[in-house]
Amino acid sequence: MTTDTIAGVDVDLDEEGFLVDPGQWTEDIAIELAHREGIASLTDRHWQVIRFMRDEYRAKGTGPPVRALARTSGVPIKELYELFPKGPAKIAAKIAGIPKPRGCI
Amino acid sequence: MRRIVILGGGTGGTLAANRLRHTLPPDEVAITVVDRNDGHVYQPGLLFVPFGLARSGELTRPRGEQLHPGIDYLVDPVDRVDLASRRVSLESGHVLPYDVLVIASGAVLAPEETDGLTGVGWGEKTFTFYDPTGADALAAALDRFVGGRFVVNVIDLPIKCPVAPLEFCFLADWFFRQSSMRDQVEITYVTPLDSAFTMPVASRRLGGMLTERDIALVTEFNTGEVDGAGGRLVSYDGREVPFDLAVVVPVHNGAAYVTRSEGLGDALGFVPTDPHTLQSSVSPDVFVIGDAAALPVSKAGSVTHFEGEVLAENITRFLAGEPLDASYDGHANCFIETGFSKAMLIDFNYDVEPLPGHFPGRIGVPLMKETHLNHLGKLLFEWFYWHTLLPGREIPGVHSVMPIAGKTLSARTEEVLAS
Repeated sequence: MTTDTIAGVDVDLDEEGFLVDPGQWTEDIAIELAHREGIASLTDRHWQVIRFMRDEYRAKGTGPPVRALARTSGVPIKELYELFPKGPAKIAAKIAGIPKPRGCI
Repeated sequence: MRRIVILGGGTGGTLAANRLRHTLPPDEVAITVVDRNDGHVYQPGLLFVPFGLARSGELTRPRGEQLHPGIDYLVDPVDRVDLASRRVSLESGHVLPYDVLVIASGAVLAPEETDGLTGVGWGEKTFTFYDPTGADALAAALDRFVGGRFVVNVIDLPIKCPVAPLEFCFLADWFFRQSSMRDQVEITYVTPLDSAFTMPVASRRLGGMLTERDIALVTEFNTGEVDGAGGRLVSYDGREVPFDLAVVVPVHNGAAYVTRSEGLGDALGFVPTDPHTLQSSVSPDVFVIGDAAALPVSKAGSVTHFEGEVLAENITRFLAGEPLDASYDGHANCFIETGFSKAMLIDFNYDVEPLPGHFPGRIGVPLMKETHLNHLGKLLFEWFYWHTLLPGREIPGVHSVMPIAGKTLSARTEEVLAS
């Protein structure tokens, strides 16, 4: 675990750069984390997915995998990849300040 | 009379029914198993079919014959479950009321969800070995394959038996060497994961085994389209992997009736379940076993087998109004076939990743090591499956709870165990 200053706030990150405590998250942190992932600006559609990820995490304790995200968020899978090209489930979770989705093995 | 209804007569449904029939008196508890067809496939055997090492017809037996006397058995697809009135409606119109419902209907393949996969080239240039028809078609295709780009692709997780696509690569390497054509075949493994497998120690070991065999690895590839006519996989981020023959593992969902039944399944049709008691979180009288569960475990026969003991115990306790036993630990173990009549055993659970050492104790079978003995174990397992596992008996030396003695712990594991 490391500590980093993001958007002026000290936050704890795991080895892959996910926030350890989703309670430390703010919208400014999301914007900065998006920059680090190469996303220059967050559109309304990005925010729709980010808020959805946080709601899912609150309700279920983990972010959804990408196919489930597409079925339940109202954003089709192709668009999810346009919004978060490096992998919607993982990158949107990171920007939303929740842990990496557990996924399945 | 109390009624237990079990949806699915595969590995989980069969072993659960047999275990429960063994412990619960037939004059107090009726047990009914329902399935949409009567063919019970020994699924681990499908891996061998494309290479001519097994025949699909010999892997299938009638479901009813695996069930002990005193268990009712219906072949009738499920239309839906009504949780509120505790009834299952079947497609024939028949209605089954229940006191306890067991969801054991596994995972289904959904190749139609991937653009192009079931279009041009399906069954000619693009195949799957995950069902008997596909495995047979692939066997015929391998017979006539003259060389070229041979691609194995997992579209997305979860899938049944997550090591099977890697085993398939290892066997393909062996197969082409045996046929003296390995130098004319380029084998590539294409995965959505960021390495060969999910858990660090096993992933390094399996990744190394791909390299040793000259099998290329493409990671973080999220297949958006399979272009059979053009012979290429296309990812959502626009990358392409060309192929002459592609073996694709389609995405998996839960059974369709789960999605049709209000409040029963998650977005993919798997049933949210307590990871330790196997009671569903959708209703206390619904329990889940095997691939049908939304749990962070492999969808694999060994998992289903280890769950069986806890599931049967907890259904018995639930009927008696007693607190449930929260002892399922996520135990899984599998023989990974590695080619040249060798295999490697891995053993793990929710907290402990697959590690080297010995199983089930300091003196035992080596773990994460390719041996002829493990290959024999994998072959022998088919006998144990029909004669020990499905009847609900224990396999000697193999227990529900994962053994830790005999394993060489990784730093990560020691940290997890200490916390």
